[in-house]
Amino acid sequence: MKPKHQRMLLAGLALVAVLGAAGLALSGLKDEAAFFYAPADARAAPPEPGRAVRLGGMVASGSIQRARDGVTIHFIVTDGKDSVPVSFTGVAPDLFKEDSGVVAEGHFNADGSFTATNLLAKHDERYMPPEVAGAMHKSETLEP
Amino acid sequence: MIAEAGLAALWLAAAMAILQLGVAWVGASASSDAPLYLRATRGVALVQGVLVAIAFAMLIWVFARSDMSVLLVAENSHSMKPMLYKIAGAWGNHEGSMLLWVTVLAVAGGAVAFFERQLAPRTLSATLGAQAAIGLGFYAFLLLASNPFTRLNPPPLDGQGLNPLLQDPGLAFHPPTLYFGYVGLSVAFSFAVGALLVRDVGPAFARAMRPWVLAAWIFLTIGITAGSYWAYYELGWGGWWFWDPVENASLMPWLAATALLHSVTVLATRDGLRAWTLMLAVVAFSMSMIGTFLVRSGILTSVHAFAVDPLRGSFILVLLALYIGGALLLFATRVGTVKQGATFELVSREGALVVNNLLLSVILGVVLIGTLYPLLAQAMGVQLSIGAPFFNKATVPVALALVIATVAGPLLRWRRDDWRVLARRMAVPVLTAVAAAILLLVLAGDAGLYPILGISFGAGLAVGSLMPLVGRNLRRTPLYIWGMAIAHLGVAVSILGMAADSGFTRERLAAIPIGETLHVGPFSAKLADVAPTIGPNWSALEARLEVRRGDGRMFVLRPQQRFFSNPVTSTSEAALATRWDGQLYAVLGNGSDNGRWQLRLWWKPFVTLIWAGGGLIAFGGALSLIGRLWRERRKRKGEAQEA
Repeated sequence: MKPKHQRMLLAGLALVAVLGAAGLALSGLKDEAAFFYAPADARAAPPEPGRAVRLGGMVASGSIQRARDGVTIHFIVTDGKDSVPVSFTGVAPDLFKEDSGVVAEGHFNADGSFTATNLLAKHDERYMPPEVAGAMHKSETLEP
Repeated sequence: MIAEAGLAALWLAAAMAILQLGVAWVGASASSDAPLYLRATRGVALVQGVLVAIAFAMLIWVFARSDMSVLLVAENSHSMKPMLYKIAGAWGNHEGSMLLWVTVLAVAGGAVAFFERQLAPRTLSATLGAQAAIGLGFYAFLLLASNPFTRLNPPPLDGQGLNPLLQDPGLAFHPPTLYFGYVGLSVAFSFAVGALLVRDVGPAFARAMRPWVLAAWIFLTIGITAGSYWAYYELGWGGWWFWDPVENASLMPWLAATALLHSVTVLATRDGLRAWTLMLAVVAFSMSMIGTFLVRSGILTSVHAFAVDPLRGSFILVLLALYIGGALLLFATRVGTVKQGATFELVSREGALVVNNLLLSVILGVVLIGTLYPLLAQAMGVQLSIGAPFFNKATVPVALALVIATVAGPLLRWRRDDWRVLARRMAVPVLTAVAAAILLLVLAGDAGLYPILGISFGAGLAVGSLMPLVGRNLRRTPLYIWGMAIAHLGVAVSILGMAADSGFTRERLAAIPIGETLHVGPFSAKLADVAPTIGPNWSALEARLEVRRGDGRMFVLRPQQRFFSNPVTSTSEAALATRWDGQLYAVLGNGSDNGRWQLRLWWKPFVTLIWAGGGLIAFGGALSLIGRLWRERRKRKGEAQEA
C-alpha cells in the first residue's frame, strides 16, 4: 500500500470512529438524558409518564409516611410553590429527612405522582445539591 | 511557624519554576552548550521538587499536630480523630488536594530531571521547561486562590471535623495513587511539547517516554481500581461504578493513557504513528486537567466537590484553556514538520493497535460528551443529568469490539500479516467464546444479553491473552511479553466480574423484626440482634446477622449505622463476606417504630474479579515496566563495554 493511500485509510477510519462516537452519544442522549424538574416545572409542563427524570426540592415537613412493608416510604417534595407526592422503595440515604433538600431519580406516573428509584440527599451541613439550591431559588423569585 | 515555613517553601518552589523555565528555554535553543544548560535545569528541577515536598510535609505536620490556628485544619480536622485520618485529612479538602497535585507535578518533574538519561539534551531541556510552565500556573492557583497555610486568628478550640464518608483507610491511599497517575501524565505532555519544540520525534524519543507513561498508567489503574472498591463498600449502594462525573474524570485520562501506551509502542518499535502519539500525549494530560477542573471547580454535585467557589473554577478554566490551547496550537503549527513515520499494512500488529486506539478514543469521546453535556445544557438554562443508562448503552458495544482487537493484536506480526493466518491463530479464543455463550444460553438464558456477551467475550479474551505465550520457551520469554499477557488477562478477568455481577446478582430488601430470617441467593441471614456500639469518634447501631450458606457453617456479619458528631452526620457501614465465588453484602437500614429493621442483602457472584482484574492489569504493567527498564539498562551497559 502506498503511504498516501494508507494515510487516507487511517483518516477514513478515524472519521468513522468519530462519527460512530457522535452517533452513539447522540442516540444515547436522546433516550437517556434525565431532565431535572422542580415541582413547579412539573406542574407547568408535565414530562411524559415513565420517562427517566429527576425531581428536586425540599421534603415537606410532616410528610414522610412509612408503608406497612417497612421499606417503602411516601413523602411530598415541595419547592414552596407546588408539591409532588413521591413514593420510594429502598433504604433512604442517611441524610434524608424532613425540611431538607432531596433529589429523587425516577419517573412521573399518569396521575402526577412520582415513583423514585433512588434518592440523593444533601451530604453534609455545608452542602446542598446545586439543583436543589437552584430550584429553591427559582421558586423564591417566582413568588410575589 | 511550621505553616509559614510551608508557605515560604511553596513561594520558593514557584520561583524555582520560573528559573527552571528560563534556563530550560536557553538550553533548548542553545546549539553548543546544551548539556551544560541541561545540567543546570536538572539541578533546579530537583530543588523545586524537594521544596514542594517540604511544603507538603509541613501541611501534614500541622494536620498531625491539629494546629487549629491554621484555617484549613480548623475547617477540616478535629483533635479527636484517629491519627491516620488526621494525616489523610491533609488532602481530604480542596486546598490540601491541590497542594498534593502540585507536589506530584514537581516530584515527577524532579524524577525526570534525575533519572532521564536517554533523551537528547535539547529535547530534555525543552521537556523540563514545559513541566516548569505547567507548574507555574498551578503554583499561581495555589498561592493566589487556594492557600492551604492561611492562619486563623483567634484559633478555635477545636476543628469542624472531616466528612465521615471520607473517614476510611481508602482516603489515605486512593487520592495519592490516583494523583500519581493523573498528574504523572504531565510528564508525557511535557515530553510531547518538548519534542515538538525542538523537532525531535522518533523511536528514541518514544523509548524514553514509554516508561514514564507506563508508570503513570500503573498508578492510575491502581487508583481507579481502589477507588471503585472504596465506593463499593463505603457508599453501601452495592454498585462499583456509578458513572459519577468524578469517576469519569479519572477514567478519561486512563482511556487516553491506555491508547498512548499502545501507540508509543508502535512509535518505539516501528517508528510509526508519530503525530498521533504526540496528540495522545497532549490529550491524556489534558483529560487530567479537565478532570481537575470538573472536580475542583465545585460545579459538580459530588462527595469530591469540597468547596464551591466560582473564582477557583474560572481560575482553573483559564489555566486549562492556556495549556491545552497552547499545546494544541503548537501541535497544529509543528505537526507539518514531523516526518512521515514508517508505513504498514492494515492487517498487521500496527493495524490492530490503530483499531485499539480508535476504539479507545471513541469510548473516551462518548464519556467526555456524557460528562460535559449536562454542564453545557446547564449553561444554556436546561437542567438535566446523564447517568449509567446512557454510558452503558454507548460504551459497552464499543468495549466489546475492543476485546476482539485485544485478542487479535498480539497474534499479529508487525508491518504485514495474512488474514487467513490470523483467523487460524484466533480459532481457539473464538471457539472458547462461542462455547461459553452456548453454555450460558442453555444454563442461564435469562441473564440478559450483555452479561452473556460479556462472559463469552471475557472467556475468549482470557484464553486469547495467553496465546502469545504458547509455543514460547517461557523461561526465556521477555518480561514485557509476560506483562502484556497478564495485563490483557486482567482485562478479561475484570470483564468476567462485571458481567457476572450485572447478570447474576441477587438482591433482597425487607424490614424484619429481630429473630426473623431473610434469604438471598444460596444464603439465609437471621437478624439476631441490633445493639449500640462505639468507636473512636462515632457511635453506631450494629446488627448481628447469623448467616448460613445452605446447611453450611454459621458466620456473623455486622453491618452498622454510624453516627458522627463532628460534623453531625450518619453513614451506613456495609458488612461483606468474601467467598471464592463472590461476595455477600449486607446493609442495615433504618429502624421503625414497630421494632422492624430495614435490611438489604446482595449476593454478588464473582464480583471480586472486577478488582482482581484491575490488580492484574496494574501488575502486568509493572512487569512490563521492569522488563523494559532492565533491557535498556543491559543495552546501555553493553554499549559502554563496547566503547
